[in-house]
Amino acid sequence: MSIQPKNFGFGEDETMLRDSARKFFSDNCSADKIHNLVATDPNIHRSIDCVWDKNLWQQIVELGWTAVCVSESAGGIGMPAVAAVALAEEVGKAAFPSPLLSTFNATFVLNHCQSEAATAALGEIAEGKATTLAITNQEGSWDASATDVSVNNDGSLSGTAYFVQDAKKVAQLVVSAASDKGVGLYLVDTTAGGVQMVADGIIDLTRDQAHIEFSNASAIELAAPGTGNLAIDQAMPAILSIVSADMVGAGEWLLQTTVEYAKTRVQFDRPLGFFQAVKHPLVNVMLDIDRSKSLAYNAACAYDTDPDNALRLAHMAKSQAGDMAVFSASRAVQFHGGIGFTWECFVHLFFKRQMHNQVLFGDAKYHRALLADMVMGAAA
Amino acid sequence: MSDAEKKDTPEQAEFRAYCQDWLSKNHPGKPTVKIPQGALELSDPAALEWLKKWQKASYDAGLIGCDYPKEVGGGGMTNCQVIANAEMQKAKTPYLPNIIGMGMAAPTVFFHGQDEVKAELLPKLLSGEHMWCQGFSEPGAGSDLANQQTFAELKGDKWIINGHKVWTSLAHFADWMILLCRTDKGEKYNGLSYFVVPIKSALGKGVTVRPLIKLTGETGFNEVLFEDFEVDDRYRLDEVGNGWAVAMTTLSHERGAGPLVTPASGGMSVEEGESLSTSNAMALVDLAKKQKRSGKTAADDAVIRDEIMQLMIRRESMVQNGRRAAVSSLVEHPARIALQSKLVATELNQDMAELAYHIEGMASSLYVNDDNAPAGGQWPLAYMNSFGVTIAAGANEVQRNILGERVLGLPKSK
Ligand SMILES: Cc1cc2nc3c(=O)[nH]c(=O)nc-3n(C[C@H](O)[C@H](O)[C@H](O)COP(=O)(O)OP(=O)(O)OC[C@H]3O[C@@H](n4cnc5c(N)ncnc54)[C@H](O)[C@@H]3O)c2cc1C
Repeated sequence: MSIQPKNFGFGEDETMLRDSARKFFSDNCSADKIHNLVATDPNIHRSIDCVWDKNLWQQIVELGWTAVCVSESAGGIGMPAVAAVALAEEVGKAAFPSPLLSTFNATFVLNHCQSEAATAALGEIAEGKATTLAITNQEGSWDASATDVSVNNDGSLSGTAYFVQDAKKVAQLVVSAASDKGVGLYLVDTTAGGVQMVADGIIDLTRDQAHIEFSNASAIELAAPGTGNLAIDQAMPAILSIVSADMVGAGEWLLQTTVEYAKTRVQFDRPLGFFQAVKHPLVNVMLDIDRSKSLAYNAACAYDTDPDNALRLAHMAKSQAGDMAVFSASRAVQFHGGIGFTWECFVHLFFKRQMHNQVLFGDAKYHRALLADMVMGAAA
Repeated sequence: MSDAEKKDTPEQAEFRAYCQDWLSKNHPGKPTVKIPQGALELSDPAALEWLKKWQKASYDAGLIGCDYPKEVGGGGMTNCQVIANAEMQKAKTPYLPNIIGMGMAAPTVFFHGQDEVKAELLPKLLSGEHMWCQGFSEPGAGSDLANQQTFAELKGDKWIINGHKVWTSLAHFADWMILLCRTDKGEKYNGLSYFVVPIKSALGKGVTVRPLIKLTGETGFNEVLFEDFEVDDRYRLDEVGNGWAVAMTTLSHERGAGPLVTPASGGMSVEEGESLSTSNAMALVDLAKKQKRSGKTAADDAVIRDEIMQLMIRRESMVQNGRRAAVSSLVEHPARIALQSKLVATELNQDMAELAYHIEGMASSLYVNDDNAPAGGQWPLAYMNSFGVTIAAGANEVQRNILGERVLGLPKSK
C-alpha cells in the first residue's frame, strides 16, 4: 500500500511558492499584456517569430524557480515535483511564454542520468540556464527509444530532432541519439557549430518550436548508450504531470473568463449564464478541471513518494487533462459568441495553448491505450 | 499499514483495532434470503429482518452512531464513524437497512429536536429497531421542494395533517417519517414546518401507504396519504415556519455534505462469487475478459478498452478529489468539490453499469429471472436502478444549477 501524503506534498514551502507565482503573474502577465506581446501579427502567412519577455524570465531566474526541482547537492533547492506542478499551473493560467516548463522537463530527465556531466548541467539550470528536451523524431513518437539523431564515432551528433519545445528561448539541449549500443542522452549548446535550428510555424502563439539539424555537432554524454531512454521513462510521470498542470491552469482561466462573460453579457433580457444551455456545460467544464487537477497532483506526488505507481497515475492525469483542455477551450469560444471567434478576444491565446498541450507528450487516447496495457495486459 | 491508519488519533487507533477484531468474529456470513442490490429496493420482510439483525448487532457492538453522544444512544466518540465504516467496508459486510434514518433523520433530529425527543427516538433509530422514511416529495413538489401542499393545522396541542406524499422509499416498513409540510398558505419558503411522525402506529388511522412499482419491476417506494392524521406538537422540529432551514440540514447530509458522517456498512457482493462492485472499474476489466466479442474477448477490443479506462480514470479522480477537498489551500471555493460529489458519483455509477451491459452484448438481454444471465443479470439491473440516484436527492440537473449558481456565481435559473 502506498504512503502518499494526504496533502499531495503541498507543504508550507510549496504553497508559498505557488502563491508568490500567482502574485507574480497577476502583477506582470495579464492576458492583455501577453496579447500585446505575442499577437501583433494575425497574418496567417506571418513570418515565423519568437517573441517573449526576457526581462520577466530574468526575474523568474532570480526568484529561483529554475532551481526548484534541482537537488541541493547539484546546487538547487530540491523540492518535490508538486512544486514544479504548482508553478506549471500558474504558468498555464497566464499562458506565459517562457522556457520554464521545458527547463523543468529537462531537469527531471537529468535527475535520472547519474553522470557528472548531468550534475554539472543541473547546476547550470539552477543558475538559470534555460534547457529543453530534443527527444522526438519526425513522426512525433513519444517512445523514448525513437530518435532520428545518431552518435558518430567521434562522439558528435548527426541527424534531426523534431518538435523541440521553446527551442529559440533556450541555451542548451538534452538530445536523445542512437548508436549501436542503444539510445543515450547528450548535452548540446544551441550555439555550437553544426547546430542548425529551423523554427516551426506553429498555431500556439505563446510558445515556439523548432526542428534542429545536427551535423557533426559536438556533444557531451549525459547518459550512456542504452540508458538514455530509461532516464526519459523515469522522468515521464513528472513531465506528464507538468503539462497536465499547465492545462489545468489554462482551463481555469478559460472557465473563469467565460463565467465572467456569461454574467455580464445580456440577451433576451437575461445574462447568458441564466440559460442552462450555457450554465450546465460551464459546470461540466468545472467538473473536468477538478478531476484533472486532482489527478495531476496525484501523479506528481506519486513520482516522489510512490514511484511504482507513478506512470500509471500519470497516464490517467494526462488523459483526463487532455480531454478537459479541448472541452474548456471549445466551450469558451462557443459561449463568447461572435466575439469569441475573433483575433481581438484573448480567448484564442488559451484555446491554441490547449490545442498544443493536448497533443504534447501524447494525447488522451494514446495515454488511455498505454494505461489499458498496464492494467489489462496487452490486447490479443 | 495504510496511510489512513498512520494518521489515526489514539482514540481512533484503539477503536480501529477493536472494529477489526469484532468484525473478524461477527461477520453475519452469506445471507439466508435474497437481498436486493440496495436498501431502497427492499420489499421482502424476511430480507429486511435479516438485515435488521445485522444492524442491531453492529449497533450493540458500538460500530453504528459512534460519534453521537451517549445520551442519545451514541458512542460518544470523536471522528470514529469513518473508522467503523472503513473497517466494515473492508470486511465486506452487508449494507444497513435503516439508511434514511441514519443518513437523513438522525442528523436532523439531532440538530433540531428537543432533548427528550432525541433521547426517545435516536437509540432505536441507530439500532435499526425503528425504520424511518422521508416524506418530502409530493406530486407537485419534486425539484421544487418548497411547493409543499400537505397541510398541518394546530388544534389544541395536536397538529392535524392532510396531504399526499410520493416516492416515499421504505414507507412500507417505516415506523417513523421525517415530514416536511405547509403550515402557512400565504408564504412559500417561510410557510413550511418540519415534523417527525409515527406512521406505522397510525396505519388505518389517518395514514395510508400504497406501494409504487419501479421500472425494474421492484418495489421500494410508495405513496403516503394523510387524512386528519394527528401528531403531538412535541414532534415538531424547530419553530413553526422554519421547516425550510431544517430541511436543508436533511438535504446536506443526504448529499454527503453535512457535518455528521452517516454510518454505512457494505462491500458484500449480492451475488456470491461474482465481482459486482459498481464502484470499481476492475470489475469491468474482469467482465470484459470473460465476454466474447468478434471472436476475441471484449478485453481485446480497442474501443471497449478505451471506455473502461475513461471510467477508471473518472473513478480515480473522484478519490483524488476527496483527498484534495480536505486541503483548503488546494480548492478554489470551499463548496466546489463537496457540491460535486453526489453528481459525479451517481453519473459514474450509471456509466459503469451502462458499459458493463454493453460489454455483455446480447447476453445482457437476459434478466435476473434467467439462469443463463451473466453475473446473475445484476449489471442491466444496476443500470436501470442507477436512474433512481441520478433523479433522487436533488436531480442532477438541479445539482448543476446549484453548482453554477453557488460556486461559479452564475445568475439563478429560477
Ligand atoms: C428511487 C427514488 C427514491 C426516492 N425516494 C424518496 C424518498 O424517500 N422521499 C422523498 O421525499 N422523495 C423521494 N424521491 C423523490 C425525489 O426526491 C424526486 O423524484 C426528485 O426530487 C425529482 O422530483 P420529480 O420526480 O418531481 O421530478 P421533477 O422535479 O418534475 O423533474 C423532472 C426533470 O426535470 C428536471 N428539472 C426540474 N427542475 C429543473 C430546473 N429548475 N432546472 C433544470 N432541470 C430541472 C429534473 O432534473 C428532472 O430531470 C425518490 C425518487 C427516486 C427516483
